[in-house]
Amino acid sequence: MVKLYAGIDIGSRSIGFVVLSNDRITFSKLEDTGFEPLTAAKKLLTGHYNRVVATGYGRHAARSDFADQVVTEIKAHAIGAGHIFPGARTVLDIGGQDTKVILLNNNGAVIDFQMNDRCSAGTGKFLEVMAAALGYANVAEFGESALTGGSDIKISNMCTVFAESEAVSLMHQGTPRADIALALHASVVERTAGMLQRLSFSTPLVFSGGVANNRCIVTLLAKKLGVQVLVPPQPQLVGALGAALAAQKRESDSFTS
Amino acid sequence: MSNYNEMWRSLGLNMAAHDQLLQVLPPTYHDVYLTQPNRPQGMEYFDFVVNEIHGLRIQELQEHKKTGGKVFGAFCVFVPEEIVRAAGGICIGLCSGIDIGAAKAEKVLPRNICPLIKSFMGFKLDKVCPYFESCDVVVGETTCDGKKKAFEILNDYIPVHVMETPHMKKPRDRELWLEEVRDFAQLVQKTTGHNISTGDLAKAIKEVNGKRRALQRLAELRKQDPALISGKDSLVIEQIAMYDDIPRFTEKVNELCDELERKVQTGTGAFPRKTPRVIVTGTPMAIPNWKVPHIIETSGAVIVAEELCTGLRYFEKEVAEDAQTTDGLLENVAARYLGINCAVFTPNTGRMERLLQLAKDYQTDGVIHCALSFCDPYAVEANRVEIMLKQHNIPLLKIETGYDQEDTGQLKTRIEAFIEMISKA
Ligand code: SF4
Ligand code: SF4
Repeated sequence: MVKLYAGIDIGSRSIGFVVLSNDRITFSKLEDTGFEPLTAAKKLLTGHYNRVVATGYGRHAARSDFADQVVTEIKAHAIGAGHIFPGARTVLDIGGQDTKVILLNNNGAVIDFQMNDRCSAGTGKFLEVMAAALGYANVAEFGESALTGGSDIKISNMCTVFAESEAVSLMHQGTPRADIALALHASVVERTAGMLQRLSFSTPLVFSGGVANNRCIVTLLAKKLGVQVLVPPQPQLVGALGAALAAQKRESDSFTS
Repeated sequence: MSNYNEMWRSLGLNMAAHDQLLQVLPPTYHDVYLTQPNRPQGMEYFDFVVNEIHGLRIQELQEHKKTGGKVFGAFCVFVPEEIVRAAGGICIGLCSGIDIGAAKAEKVLPRNICPLIKSFMGFKLDKVCPYFESCDVVVGETTCDGKKKAFEILNDYIPVHVMETPHMKKPRDRELWLEEVRDFAQLVQKTTGHNISTGDLAKAIKEVNGKRRALQRLAELRKQDPALISGKDSLVIEQIAMYDDIPRFTEKVNELCDELERKVQTGTGAFPRKTPRVIVTGTPMAIPNWKVPHIIETSGAVIVAEELCTGLRYFEKEVAEDAQTTDGLLENVAARYLGINCAVFTPNTGRMERLLQLAKDYQTDGVIHCALSFCDPYAVEANRVEIMLKQHNIPLLKIETGYDQEDTGQLKTRIEAFIEMISKA
């Protein structure tokens, strides 16, 4: 019988789910977390799996319920990114509420990492709030519009609350919306680049998490850092993929030992 | 503990606020401590002490006071307890590891100040701590600016004697500190009405050294793999060391060590062999600040040493017992205390060397540097620690946190990821 390994990444905004068999993804899905993360997570688990590994902030709740094992988001992203881009040395993950920079050695093992503190500056949440403040329908539209903006202005506040009022007052002054959008994206990139540089990151650099779907951020980041930024096809599923790979590895380990 | 109500009332405690504190403490202790597997039997005594934290020991202090004895409270391991003991007084470490009374404290303190200072001020203003209320004098020091200035304010509510602790360790700093130690001996004699003889001081030094030796013995045993005792249990013992009766405490620690030595023979530990081993360093962790150690030890690692003042810095050096005169003994006392590697000193290379030595001696897989929020000395010195450890390829995780529980989830992720990283598997 084929063996199936499931990885589930229970994040604050979304839940990623990946099923692996012999290194190949046989199923994947992305769902909103909603108000009941555990219920939402359990709905995704429909089949029989040889091993389920959970990651994300809901991992411990999953562990006491259905998961066989947990790994942190840091490890999951490292494994997932290293699988998609073998040889990756740095993973940048910007999710709904936090940013992580993870350094890997040439065997793909984590050697250092950093996480932002408790505030949402520079995360997916920040972009969401700004998109809404400027009246964009969604973050994707916000990002596309920023790509067309001019770069005369700068947003000086990193704090979500203050940056929002700064953006709104710029709008009232008649600054083109696309310019403000660009400035806001640039401020996220500024902060992210600072984090990467503080850790003396090396390349190849992989960008995972929902914000990696934002073309403007990716472009600005590559320009700012002067390096290529690799984005996996479904950046939000990298954590779940890493968890699924951990499940698969764990099982093969116990076979050999 | 209800039979102590009378005593608490007589101490002038704010009963409602105190009740609140007692509602937090025992359940926390239960969840953090009593649920640990494979605890040594000898922990029973220390569990009892914590359980009676506001009971029996306070009663002992009251009995001591009834016969004219004095109680001295201290916030820093720089305050020489042997001098207090030599004069027949009792020296207790005041803890301040929980944010109760913060609102009151913020009336007299800025909002952004380290939680330890805020906590002790809150304890006093809110009258929740029976130890504080038992003190005749509180002994402060000039280690950091926050404390130095806060003691001026605290002096409005209780007599505070401040010792000037130098910030360097040059010969003139040694002289200044010796003067401060002599002044302190004067103050203690005046307060207790007891003249300290050479014999008194020699005896007190021996007794306090005995306590230190017992703790050193425990620290030595923690080099074993499998780890014989959890870091949390060790920490609470080190915290209790600061306020318990000295001879009794020494005896109990030694008994525990006897038990642990037997465990070495049978090879049984509190954690499985090869559990990742971590050293915690940084700002001291006052009772009941067990947050970070608890996260570490429920995330798959064991703490094998604390390079903290609630840890090695408190007991690792002894006072030389060789002098024949009171003055000579006081010099020995002063010299011992100035050897403490507190981050308020510049330079503080002694701490770096010690940490490195510890990392080797304890076969450590990683170091967790934990500074209290707004504690500049340790937060800034973390940079020196980081550089030094990097040079020696020892993994480090830096944390800054307060007494609140809001960041627990985030801390858990970071600590777990760090442990995943240092695990050899
Ligand atoms: S850290 Fe420094 S100031 Fe604080 S208790 Fe230790 S020696 Fe005293
Ligand atoms: S924790 Fe730091 S800031 Fe607070 S009293 Fe101690 S040394 Fe000062």
